[in-house]
Amino acid sequence: MTTEEIIQPQNKVYSRPRLLDERDTHYCPGCSHGVVHKIIAELLDEMGLENKTVGVAPVGCAVFAYNYIDVDWVEAAHGRAPAVATAASRLNPQNLVFTYQGDGDLAAIGTAETIHAANRGENIAMIFINNGIYGMTGGQMAPTTLLGMKTATTPYGRTAELNGYPLPISNILATLDGTCYVTRQAVHTPAAVRKTKAAIKKAFENALAKRGTSVVEVVSTCNSGWKLSPAKSNEWMVEHMFEKYPLGDLKTPSEEPKN
Amino acid sequence: MEAEEVRLMKGNEAIAHAAIRYGVDGYFGYPITPQSEVLETLAELKPWETTGMVVLQAESEVAAINMVYGGAATGKAVMTSSSSPGVSLKQEGISYIAASELPALIVNVMRGGPGLGTIQPSQADYFQAVKGGGHGDYHLIVLAPATVQEMTDFVALGFDLAFKYRNPAMILADGVVGQMMEKVVLPPQRPRRTEEELRAQCPWAACGKGDRKNRNVITSLELDSARMEENNHRFQATYKLIEQNEVRYQTYYADDADYLIVAFGSVARICLKAIEEAREAGIKVGMLRPITLWPFPKTQIAELAKSVRGILTVELNAGQMVEDVRLAAPTTPVYHFGRMGGIVPNPGEVLQALKEHFPELA
Amino acid sequence: MKEEIVIAGFGGQGVLSMGKILAYAGLMDGKEVTWMPSYGPEQRGGTANVTVIVSDNAISSPVLDTFDTAVVLNQQSLDKFESKVKPGGTLIYDPSGIHRLPSRTDIRVIPVDAITASIELKNSKTYNMVLLGALLKCRPIVGIDAVIRGLRKTLPERHHHLIPLNEEALRKGMSLVD
Repeated sequence: MTTEEIIQPQNKVYSRPRLLDERDTHYCPGCSHGVVHKIIAELLDEMGLENKTVGVAPVGCAVFAYNYIDVDWVEAAHGRAPAVATAASRLNPQNLVFTYQGDGDLAAIGTAETIHAANRGENIAMIFINNGIYGMTGGQMAPTTLLGMKTATTPYGRTAELNGYPLPISNILATLDGTCYVTRQAVHTPAAVRKTKAAIKKAFENALAKRGTSVVEVVSTCNSGWKLSPAKSNEWMVEHMFEKYPLGDLKTPSEEPKN
Repeated sequence: MEAEEVRLMKGNEAIAHAAIRYGVDGYFGYPITPQSEVLETLAELKPWETTGMVVLQAESEVAAINMVYGGAATGKAVMTSSSSPGVSLKQEGISYIAASELPALIVNVMRGGPGLGTIQPSQADYFQAVKGGGHGDYHLIVLAPATVQEMTDFVALGFDLAFKYRNPAMILADGVVGQMMEKVVLPPQRPRRTEEELRAQCPWAACGKGDRKNRNVITSLELDSARMEENNHRFQATYKLIEQNEVRYQTYYADDADYLIVAFGSVARICLKAIEEAREAGIKVGMLRPITLWPFPKTQIAELAKSVRGILTVELNAGQMVEDVRLAAPTTPVYHFGRMGGIVPNPGEVLQALKEHFPELA
Repeated sequence: MKEEIVIAGFGGQGVLSMGKILAYAGLMDGKEVTWMPSYGPEQRGGTANVTVIVSDNAISSPVLDTFDTAVVLNQQSLDKFESKVKPGGTLIYDPSGIHRLPSRTDIRVIPVDAITASIELKNSKTYNMVLLGALLKCRPIVGIDAVIRGLRKTLPERHHHLIPLNEEALRKGMSLVD
């Protein structure tokens, strides 16, 4: 069998999602963002949401998310995505509004907006990439950086005395009455990718069904910031990140709409 | 739908009524004296049950302005209101709104500063409002109401201009005009725009692609400096157009004036009373009241400056608008009289200041 | 016609609402009106004052340095505003709690014991309406009917049964002035 014979439409088992633009991303090879982008693009297409979705992009590595996924986007100021999404959603209740944020954006500078949007039960989905570091600005400490972890601003390792403790923001959000679904996933194996896709699908469904705020934390790698190879990063994540940020559902939704 | 109606109300209440009647889609605010009646009045009137207007008390001024940004990005007519310290917090968001070329209305009912300051009236945020306020080269269209009627009317004017130029507008009021009550004619109720009207008026809005082929992205980020400079040139071209078309002002006794007062907002009314008293004493004083503080009526001031002996600006600050008056009238003696910290001068003090700066009047 | 009035006293004495009722009555009579309060925490116990202007013509400044009429309800307000009444103007004061009496002779000085009157009316909340009645007797800026029409328009339905009592208080206030 020749290569030409194999490359036939009927043999195709995988393709670029229709809503993921045909262009190179600015993400580092091995970065988790690309996988999560792909999942979102697939879901928006599969769920028929292309024309009624507004994404809210953060400041951080995913600042250019709007350049890759073919739906309407609003680029928020650092940390303010949940406030931006609040208005976009309340003023356009027919739309799916989701935020896509990193740990610095969602859990440091934007903590107030995150907690209050979730506490109001805004009918939005928050996709939260937690890689324990500031990637875009060059590898500084994040609120979720583990104790002992070396970053550009904790060159000798994070200490509780100096920097406090890693912030498990999803656990906090799960305690709020406004959230309907809080889960922590990863994308380091095909099985994990499938589970994350199911989780984000559930989050989108919750937002559309007005069940309240959904949070999907994706524990991720930053091989550039962690200064490890992509494969080693995955190993390090499983060994260290999962201890502080164990995978699984923190809160699951009831079927009834909240408001 | 409610028709035109004569009412007695506070300036802050008038803003709320005017917003509903204009067909505003959303208001996002945070309590701060002396403007809390805007949010309180909206909460009491429950427009979400009538026009469908969204009203939300945000967790902070920062969140409120970013809600305005988010709402404006989807093409909706959205606004916020606050007072000086809260408006300082909003500056980052205002810069983003301006840089993203979004229409929005921001109301500042100024109080005395700096810092936490006082809750009494002030005009010390003039520089902040007309010179940018946040980071970057941008301008707001700044309207200075002197009456409760103008508080009402400038909601519509502010939104009309904001949508016309895709640029945020600000109502720069103060504690006097926010807290005082007077007669006001409320405009008839306008319906909110339908989704179809919105999509036709705002083809740029990120409100879901709908029938559009290409996605809309609202962002102020442009890492390519050449393109960012192009963006800036586009903003500047808009500002130039606004300066050409939208200068608004009112003159009082200016035709035969030997001396000119320049004052804005509630202070202009205090000055008008002082002018009436001066005229009774045979002193020919006139006044120009800028209604738009940006664009500033500089050519009109330059023209009047030719025929007067001197100009006095009266402001509730240490001397801010006076700089723009001096730029407009570089060869005319221009003086400043101001009270600070929440003190509002009375007409007698204005007259006294006029005589101090122009000794021939004493 | 143009009347420039200041009403001043303790927060809670109904200073601001008395001004508001007067302004509403002016509106009912087709006048131009402004109502400019002192605002802030002093509403809850400190001194409060409000400037009300009722005029046939457009009103320029809502902030004034002198007044045609002052209604003062405590010593601080008397001390502050006595000198600001225009010569020939009117000063109405409540004598209770006043230990330093007004001394000007170029203005009309009228004590109105509104506390006793409101006790007689068996409702302390009629206090400011008694004073308003006294004010309107001295200075017939608006008619009582305009005040009543204003109350009817501004009071919620559930309080309309109090309008006759308010009218009685207004008339009582008028009777206290010669």
